[in-house]
Amino acid sequence: MRVSWKVSPTLNLDIPLLLGLFTLSGISLAVLYSASGESMAILIKQSIRLGIGFFVMLLLAQVRSQQLMRWTPIFYVIGMAMLVAVLLVGTVGKGAQRWLDLGFMRFQPSEIMKVIVPLTIAWYFADKPLPPNYKRLGFALILILIPTLLIAKQPDLGTSLLIAASGIFVLLLAGIPWALVFGALLAGGGAVAAVTLTPLREYVFHPYQWRRIQTLLNPESDPLGSGYHIIQSKIAIGSGGLYGKGWLNGTQSHLEFLPERSTDFIFAVLSEEFGLMGVIALLMVYVFIITRGLYIATQAQGIFGKLVAGSITLTFFVYIFVNIGMVSGLLPVVGLPLPLISYGGTSIVSILSGFGILMGVHAHKRLLSE
Amino acid sequence: MPKPSPSTQTRRNSTGAKPRKTSISASATTLAKRHQWLFVFFILLLLALVWRIVFLQVTNKSFLQRQGDARLLRTITLPAHRGQMHDRHGQALAISTPVDSVWVDPQQVIEAQQQWPQLMELLGKDSKDLEQLLDTRMQREFVYLQRHLNPQLAAQIDALNIPGVYLQREYRRYYPAAEVTAHVLGFTNIDDQGQEGLELAFEQNLRGTTGKRRVMQDRKGQVIARLQELEAAHAGQDLNLSLDRRLAYLAYRELRDAVVENQAKGGSVVILDVQTGEVLAMSNQPAYNPNNRNDLDSQKYRNRAVTDRFEPGSTIKPFTIAAALESGLHTADSRIQTGNGKFKIGRFNIHDGGAYGKIDLRTILRKSSNVGAAKVALSLPGETLWNLFYYAGFGSSTGSIFPGETPGHLPYFADWNRVDQASLGFGYGLSVSLLQLARAYAAIANQGRLPVINFLAQNSKSSAPQSRLIMQSETAQELMTMLEAVVSPQGTGKRAILEHYRVAGKTGTARKTNHSGYVEDRYRALFVGIAPASQPKIVIAIMLDEPGGKHYYGGQIAAPVFAKIAKTALYWLNVPADKIK
Repeated sequence: MRVSWKVSPTLNLDIPLLLGLFTLSGISLAVLYSASGESMAILIKQSIRLGIGFFVMLLLAQVRSQQLMRWTPIFYVIGMAMLVAVLLVGTVGKGAQRWLDLGFMRFQPSEIMKVIVPLTIAWYFADKPLPPNYKRLGFALILILIPTLLIAKQPDLGTSLLIAASGIFVLLLAGIPWALVFGALLAGGGAVAAVTLTPLREYVFHPYQWRRIQTLLNPESDPLGSGYHIIQSKIAIGSGGLYGKGWLNGTQSHLEFLPERSTDFIFAVLSEEFGLMGVIALLMVYVFIITRGLYIATQAQGIFGKLVAGSITLTFFVYIFVNIGMVSGLLPVVGLPLPLISYGGTSIVSILSGFGILMGVHAHKRLLSE
Repeated sequence: MPKPSPSTQTRRNSTGAKPRKTSISASATTLAKRHQWLFVFFILLLLALVWRIVFLQVTNKSFLQRQGDARLLRTITLPAHRGQMHDRHGQALAISTPVDSVWVDPQQVIEAQQQWPQLMELLGKDSKDLEQLLDTRMQREFVYLQRHLNPQLAAQIDALNIPGVYLQREYRRYYPAAEVTAHVLGFTNIDDQGQEGLELAFEQNLRGTTGKRRVMQDRKGQVIARLQELEAAHAGQDLNLSLDRRLAYLAYRELRDAVVENQAKGGSVVILDVQTGEVLAMSNQPAYNPNNRNDLDSQKYRNRAVTDRFEPGSTIKPFTIAAALESGLHTADSRIQTGNGKFKIGRFNIHDGGAYGKIDLRTILRKSSNVGAAKVALSLPGETLWNLFYYAGFGSSTGSIFPGETPGHLPYFADWNRVDQASLGFGYGLSVSLLQLARAYAAIANQGRLPVINFLAQNSKSSAPQSRLIMQSETAQELMTMLEAVVSPQGTGKRAILEHYRVAGKTGTARKTNHSGYVEDRYRALFVGIAPASQPKIVIAIMLDEPGGKHYYGGQIAAPVFAKIAKTALYWLNVPADKIK
């Protein structure tokens, strides 16, 4: 890795993007302090994770696109090997086999696949004419499908769908025909209907997954069981009203009515304490970051850079959409953190890695144009 | 493998010289268009999120806030103190002390199984007991584990801080005088509701009104903030009873001693204020300790003086004589032929203790002549005799409102035959409670006015409920003189004589009955006395049930009890001595 200290006084860091990410980190620490019951220990842990994340971002921002592209196939192979290893020797936790025990830490390979899969697809299309023909499209789909299925087997339906989405975003950017997109959507919808409305579901879904889908449709059907999360988080969000109850004053979140309030459901805490105004402020920060990301994508030189930047940005948005959609009862409950706000290290590092790559793409474009 | 790298492509592209240029720029155009489309897509999804949040935080806000409050806010019941009961001098007789009861929420406590042994050990039980308890009650949300813990134990349990184990503040009733006032006061159940005696009779007054308070609680049910009080808790009304604790102790002690000494099955004492009808003391044997719930047994906790009825025997004779005097057919000097003390009526024989010959009404009472009393009764119209008995309160409730009070039994005169009428004259064929008997004597002591029975202290004589005139005061006066003669060295009640006070009274020894009639060798020994005779203050009625010793006559075993009680009671009540030596 060649670090270009001299050429860029900002170490290849994109200042607007960095400001946006810092703002999110600040919001995260404030909300987390409240959600954790004013625990300094949690705050320090989260700060350390953010520090590590930003450091990884800084490193990745120094990597040239060409180098990244060269390493991408190797990353993909290593990632796949780890996914297979998880299935064979993985550690079981919360009813799923998702972790690799490395002795000194537990590691979730599916997390790094969130970055590797879009890189791989972008790498595949980088030197091919776009829009791609069906043969190449088919090959790309296979590249996406294998890790998706391996992760779905763990089982981790949410992550596998998000990984598939991050790969498919590259396809969408690469110019996959709209007819195919809508056709696939229709076919997918039909398949979902066929599976959910017939006894087929018993073969396709784990019982807990099927419960979550039912819960989404009618949370009140099991208010103390699987519907509990959704009902409580809707109540927490709703009780915030326009202006919220004020920082540290949320009742639903503080009195342990709201489950997972530091992690996946932290959005409900923010909503209760800061109200609609706080939610809109948060969304504006997100919109700023995404707009900046898409701008970088359009400005990137080279297909690989455009595809990678675009898909990282859109995947980031999908995380936001799925998490808020889940917490507010629009989507089924999938274990997915709110990017850069929720407590938890892996997600922070993987998301900031993505932004590091994005910044690298941008910095080296400027280098080239000089 | 696809090489060249994109940067070399771009570089070539920027120099603008190579044939792949069109393909690359076409790719770039595709990408740019896609970027725009996806940006639109992104905006649409974002709007969907905003729409959803607005729906929750604006449209649905009040519903969701109410739902939130419903999970958070609880109304708890504030326990209310039960009213206390005091004796007439303000001494506590029944008080409520705060205690804690421990209860569990089965759904929660089931998850803290490793802490069960600790908890159950404190309660002196086994973990298996809890397991069994929960086994059948898993569907409930509230199960008492143990009621009324002592404060130290409650604090220890609280300190364990086991999820699903809670303490509830309650009040436990405590009776300082225990056995002494047990029968009159009755007791409450574990839920602080009156079950017997005055606790039951005055339940409406004694019971407090629980209050309500809003509290904020977390998901584990722990109260974390006390909000406004919706309704204040009101303690129950305190009652000032007519009882005098000292007299109650005295009556209890003397009765117990007499029952033990005479090997009686039981017994009762009633002390009344003759003017106000206030019950100053009331005691029964066997007794029980109301502070120990294991001691509760209906045989023991019945207030026999009020709930049990019996044939009064000779103690009724003053009222037979009263009817005679009131009828105008007799005077105190009227003489009745008792002959040799045997009188056959129908197939029944009536006996006297001796052959008294022709004696006046005074002597009938003093000697307690059955033949004389029967002949007097027969000499009167049935209605006259019945009227006096009826207005003396026999056969109807005293109005004491004491739970389970017996009205006794007085057959209507139209249904009497001669045997009935003769028997009534000396106290058979009707049944009374000891309280009724004491009250009727109070009328004799109170110049013919029958007082209303009261368990509540009366502030002054005038505030006592109006007593009813049942005989002329001259008649009552005459009877007092006659009854004083009974308690004389020549009368049957000589053992009731006091050193410093003049006493009027009447002995009685009544045969007991069983299902088939009168039984040999089973008696009730009775004595009802009034003191001091010159200016009556109290009436004391004593009944000893089935004395098993050598003596069983009322004059032998009940009269001495009167003497012992009256001697001390009159002294305590500051009654001036009226016997001049």
